[in-house]
Amino acid sequence: MTRRFWVYIEQENGKPHQVSWELLGVARRLVQDIEDELQKSGDTAVVEGILVGHNVESVAREALHYGADTVYYVDDPAVKHYLNKPYTTVVTELVKKYQPEVMLVGATTLGRDLAGSVATSVGTGLTADTTHLAMGSPKEGEKKLLMATRPAFGGNVIATILCRNHRPQMATVRPRVFSMPERLAEPRGQIVREPIAITPDMVNAEIVEFLTDKASTVNIEYADVIVAGGRGLGNPKGFELIKQLADELGGVVGASRACVDAHWIGYEHQVGQTGKTVRPKLYIAAGISGAIQHKVGMQESDFILAINRDPNAPIFEVATLGIVGDLYEVIPALIREIRARKEAKHG
Amino acid sequence: MFHALVSIKQVPDTTNIRIDPETNNLIRQGVPTILNPYDAHAVAAAVEWKRKLGGKVTVITMGPASAVTSLRECIEMGADRAILISDRKFAGADTWATSYVLSEVIKAVHAQEPVDLVFFGKQAIDGDTAQVGPGVAVRLDLPIVTYAVKIHEVDLQNRKVVIERKTESRNEVIRTSLPAALTCEKEIAEIPYASLPDLVYSLRYEPELWTTEGPITFDPSQLGLRGSPTTVFKTGTPEKHKGGEVIKTAELGVENAVKTALDKILAAEGMASLLGVAK
Ligand SMILES: Cc1cc2nc3c(=O)[nH]c(=O)nc-3n(C[C@H](O)[C@H](O)[C@H](O)COP(=O)(O)OP(=O)(O)OC[C@H]3O[C@@H](n4cnc5c(N)ncnc54)[C@H](O)[C@@H]3O)c2cc1C
Ligand SMILES: Nc1ncnc2c1ncn2[C@@H]1O[C@H](COP(=O)(O)O)[C@@H](O)[C@H]1O
Repeated sequence: MTRRFWVYIEQENGKPHQVSWELLGVARRLVQDIEDELQKSGDTAVVEGILVGHNVESVAREALHYGADTVYYVDDPAVKHYLNKPYTTVVTELVKKYQPEVMLVGATTLGRDLAGSVATSVGTGLTADTTHLAMGSPKEGEKKLLMATRPAFGGNVIATILCRNHRPQMATVRPRVFSMPERLAEPRGQIVREPIAITPDMVNAEIVEFLTDKASTVNIEYADVIVAGGRGLGNPKGFELIKQLADELGGVVGASRACVDAHWIGYEHQVGQTGKTVRPKLYIAAGISGAIQHKVGMQESDFILAINRDPNAPIFEVATLGIVGDLYEVIPALIREIRARKEAKHG
Repeated sequence: MFHALVSIKQVPDTTNIRIDPETNNLIRQGVPTILNPYDAHAVAAAVEWKRKLGGKVTVITMGPASAVTSLRECIEMGADRAILISDRKFAGADTWATSYVLSEVIKAVHAQEPVDLVFFGKQAIDGDTAQVGPGVAVRLDLPIVTYAVKIHEVDLQNRKVVIERKTESRNEVIRTSLPAALTCEKEIAEIPYASLPDLVYSLRYEPELWTTEGPITFDPSQLGLRGSPTTVFKTGTPEKHKGGEVIKTAELGVENAVKTALDKILAAEGMASLLGVAK
C-alpha cells in the first residue's frame, strides 16, 4: 500500500506561494514519523503535490525541488485564476482518485477558501490554522493519526484535533509557522499531468476585474527584518519613528493589533494570531506588551529585540534581548548609532 | 423583492478570556458573549441592500438559548425575521456538522421564501476557522465569494451579483449568479445606528425556535459530536518561553544600552551583512 501525504501547491499568476514549500517540508517530516510503521508493514509513503492552473509547469518543477515525489498537475485555461467551484471540483476528483491519507493546505485566503470547500465535498474533517503537526498514536499500539494542534479561544488554549474515521485528514497551516525545507539541486520526482476536463457546469463565477490594492503590496510575512510598534507609541505619529528605524535596517514595519484597531496603521501590518505570522531574522518590538496573541505571530523569529518601559512586560519572555527603557529615547539613539557605524564603514 | 439570509453566531468575547494562573484552566465564568463582530457587519450589509432594493432580511443561528440576545441585536439593526436553531442534540458540532444543520435550515427557509444572498461572517472569533461558509455553500451548491469587502451590484432582474473580495495580493471583482453566498470582512458595511422603531421592536421580538422536533427533520447521524469527523484529542496551554538577557537604560544610560544592544545583535550570525552595518 502507498500512504500518500499531500500538499496543495498554491499559485497566483504563476507565482507559487512559499507556504507550499514549507508544507512539503512538513509532509516529509510526517512521513518520517511513521517510519516504524512502514518498516513493519512493508508499506511505502510518498509526499505529493497537487497543482491547478494554466501554464504553470515551472511551479510544478519547483515543487519537485522542494521534495515532492510526484506533482499531479491539472492544466486548463479555465482554471488560470483561482475560483472556488472549479478548483474545488478538480481537487475533490483527485482526492477521490488517489485517496491520500493526509492533505495540507496553506491557511491563506485562497487556501482556506479551497480547503473548507474540498473537505465538505469529500466529506472529511478539517482542522484550521494549525501550528504543530505530527503523526502519532492516540493510544499505544493504535495506528498513527495526524495530530493537528492549533490555538483556540484567542490563543489562550491549544487544542490537538484528530480526524479518526474520515480521509484525508485535512489541515490548513499558516505561512511562516514552519521553516523552509532545503532546495534539492537534483530532484528525482515526476510531474503527472491529470487530464481532468473543466466543463462549463464547473464554473459558476467569473472574475471581471483585478484591482491592485496598494496597501496589500506590503508583505511583512516574508521580510527578513521587521520593526514593529505597539500602543506604547502613544500616537499614530510614532510609526514615523518606527519606519525610520525599519528603513535604516532595510526592514518593514509591523504592528500590534491595538494600533491597527486604533487606525494608527493598516491591517496588513498586523502581526499575531489574527494578523500575520512572521519569522524574520530580526524582529524589533517597541512599545508592545507581548500579549499571547501577538507572541504566537512572532516568537519563532531568529533574534527578537524588545524595547519596553515595563520590566515585567511579557514580551521579555520571548525576547532574545530586552531593553527596559523609553522607546522615544532608545530608538532615536539606536538610529544615530546605526548611522554612525555605517558612516565609519564607508568613510 | 430582495431576500437576504444571514447566518450569525454568538461567541465568547475572546478579548476577555483569562487563564487561571494556578490551574492553567480557561476561566469561562463571567466571560461575556457577543454577536461575532464579522457577522454584525454581514447583517449591516444585508440590511443596507434590503433598504436599497426593498425586501427582507432573515437571520439564523445555531446555538444555546442565550443566543436570542444576539438575534435581537440583528433585529435591532434592521433584520425582519430571526430563527434560533437550538437543541441539545446539536451540541459539540464541528464545522462539518454545523454546516449540515445550517444548510438544512437555509433550504427550508428558501422553500418558504426564495433567498437571493446568504451572508456569513469571514470567521467566528472563537474558533477562527472560516470553514462554515464554504461548507454550507458546497452543500447547497451555491457560488461563494469569501473575504468579501464590497457588494458592487445586486441585479435581481438578471439574477446577477457583483462582489469584490480580498486575496493576499490584490482585490478581485467577481460576478456570479443569484442565489449566491458570501463571507464578509468588516469593510463590507458600517454598523448602523438602530432606529427607534427597530429598537423598540427588537426588545419584544421573540425568535422562532427550531429544534430536532421540527419544523424540519434532520438526519440524527449528522448531528453534534456524533456527526463531527473531527474530535478534540487534548487541550493544553501554550508553552512558556524563557526570555534572554535584559539591559536597562536606567542602569547603563541610553547611549551605552543602545551600543551594547547593537553589538549583541550584530554578533548573531549573518546579521552584520543582512543589516549592512559593520560589527
Ligand atoms: C482573539 C484575539 C486575537 C488577537 N489577535 C492579535 C493579533 O493578531 N496581534 C496582536 O498584536 N494582538 C492581538 N490581540 C490583542 C492582544 O491581546 C493585545 O491586546 C495587543 O497585542 C496589545 O497591543 P500592545 O502590546 O501594542 O498594547 P498594550 O498591551 O497596551 O502594550 C503597550 C506596551 O507599551 C509599553 N510602553 C508604553 N509607553 C512606552 C514607551 N514610551 N516606551 C517603551 N514602552 C512603552 C507599555 O509598558 C506596554 O507594555 C488579539 C486578541 C484577541 C482576543
Ligand atoms: N453555530 C452557528 N450558527 C450560525 N452561523 C454560524 C455558526 N457557526 C459559524 N457560523 C457562520 O459561519 C461563519 C464562519 O464561522 P467559522 O467557520 O466558525 O469561523 C460565522 O461568521 C457565521 O456567519
